[in-house]
Amino acid sequence: MLAKRIIPCLDVADGRVKKGVNFVNLTDIGDPVAIAAAYQEQGADELVFLDIAATNEHRETMAEMVEQVSAQVFMPLTIGGGITSVADMQRILRAGADKTAINSAAVADPQLIKAGAEKFGNQCIVVAIDTAWDEQVQQYRVYTHGGRQATELDAIEWARQAVALGAGELLVTSMDRDGTKAGFDQRLYQQLGAAVNVPIIASGGAGKLQDFVDVFADTPVDGALAASVFHFGELTIADVKGALTAEGVAVR
Amino acid sequence: MFAIVDYDTGNTRNLKKAFDYLQVPTELTADPAKLAAAEAVILPGVGAFAAAMDALRERQLVSVLQQLGRDGKPMLGICLGMQLLFESSAEYGEHQGLGLLEGNVAPLPTDLGVKVPQMGWNQNALRQSTSQFASIDQGYTYFVHSYYAVCPAEELVATVDHGVTVPSIVQRQNVIGMQFHPEKSGQVGLQQLATFKDMVNANDFSSN
Repeated sequence: MLAKRIIPCLDVADGRVKKGVNFVNLTDIGDPVAIAAAYQEQGADELVFLDIAATNEHRETMAEMVEQVSAQVFMPLTIGGGITSVADMQRILRAGADKTAINSAAVADPQLIKAGAEKFGNQCIVVAIDTAWDEQVQQYRVYTHGGRQATELDAIEWARQAVALGAGELLVTSMDRDGTKAGFDQRLYQQLGAAVNVPIIASGGAGKLQDFVDVFADTPVDGALAASVFHFGELTIADVKGALTAEGVAVR
Repeated sequence: MFAIVDYDTGNTRNLKKAFDYLQVPTELTADPAKLAAAEAVILPGVGAFAAAMDALRERQLVSVLQQLGRDGKPMLGICLGMQLLFESSAEYGEHQGLGLLEGNVAPLPTDLGVKVPQMGWNQNALRQSTSQFASIDQGYTYFVHSYYAVCPAEELVATVDHGVTVPSIVQRQNVIGMQFHPEKSGQVGLQQLATFKDMVNANDFSSN
């Protein structure tokens, strides 16, 4: 049986991890290789790097960073942020990434999902979706451009469409919960799980151990992603896995 | 030197990085003389079975690899590279493989309540207690695949459960296959590559 995945997410600009990461024994708090190695040591199942600068020049730096991380850290790496073409995907995959995440570019041109999946295989193409509940229309609305731009898309419908085009995995962030530490948006992941049959990674709202237990107990997600609770040592990967094991959830 | 077979398949660089990390010199090559001179031949692979066999044929490597395997050259196929070692595959039609391992490649069943492709970390069960790969027992390794090998029990070194029993490591004397990605499977994965290196160095492929 596949283990449920626990995935730290790192924001990167200029080849450096931003927002800082507070680990004991880490002298350079922005070094992506050292941070990735520390997470590997803690038992992370996968790492997501998001390019938050995402200009052409930064994408080149990002490829160099992936090249360095993948020489020292031996786990799946997903890279997102500013990927807008098959050429961008190729560059980042060649550098050592296992998957590329596309978000705004996929909404702008859904055929990019298909083109990427046909060239590299579905398993390489993660569609990232940022969404918030719209009380007025009673649906999850999709946002792009880092959550700044609302679209007309319904997240569940968009997820179905992305998978039909070849998305091999969905990384779905609840903007309602992101940064709140109020737990994952379980209704969202239940609806997504009923709609698609590819792995779903839940993101947004992780604050305490019980949040991880709940999302795996009550929804069919395959992984849970978090940033600050791990970066600032509020929770360790081992804490989370210990709590999940105690509840009978299979983890590595 | 370990030769990594260069036939335009993706993902060879991460494999090379893992061997670099283990301080095993590698060379990416499609030159039959270099393959023959290498201490071991690594067959990587990502993508579709038929396309990979076509790429090997174009480079006239099919009979070269078959001969090396039969002559006792240590050979390690990884992911699709492992599947190529079998007799045939049912991926998009029936296609012949290298036939160095007995068995066939079949689609993972989609009606058993598991997601296909199998993508993620799965736990290994050791099937040959005397195997040199015994350290993999209970360890998790990282898989990405939609097809799996159906092969005789004597070839099975380790398996995982994904609706069906999926061969994870297979071996017939000097010919070894790993369905998972050892270069993406953390310490457990690196350990399996290190074990292969030790087997090559000791020229000992006896205990599977």
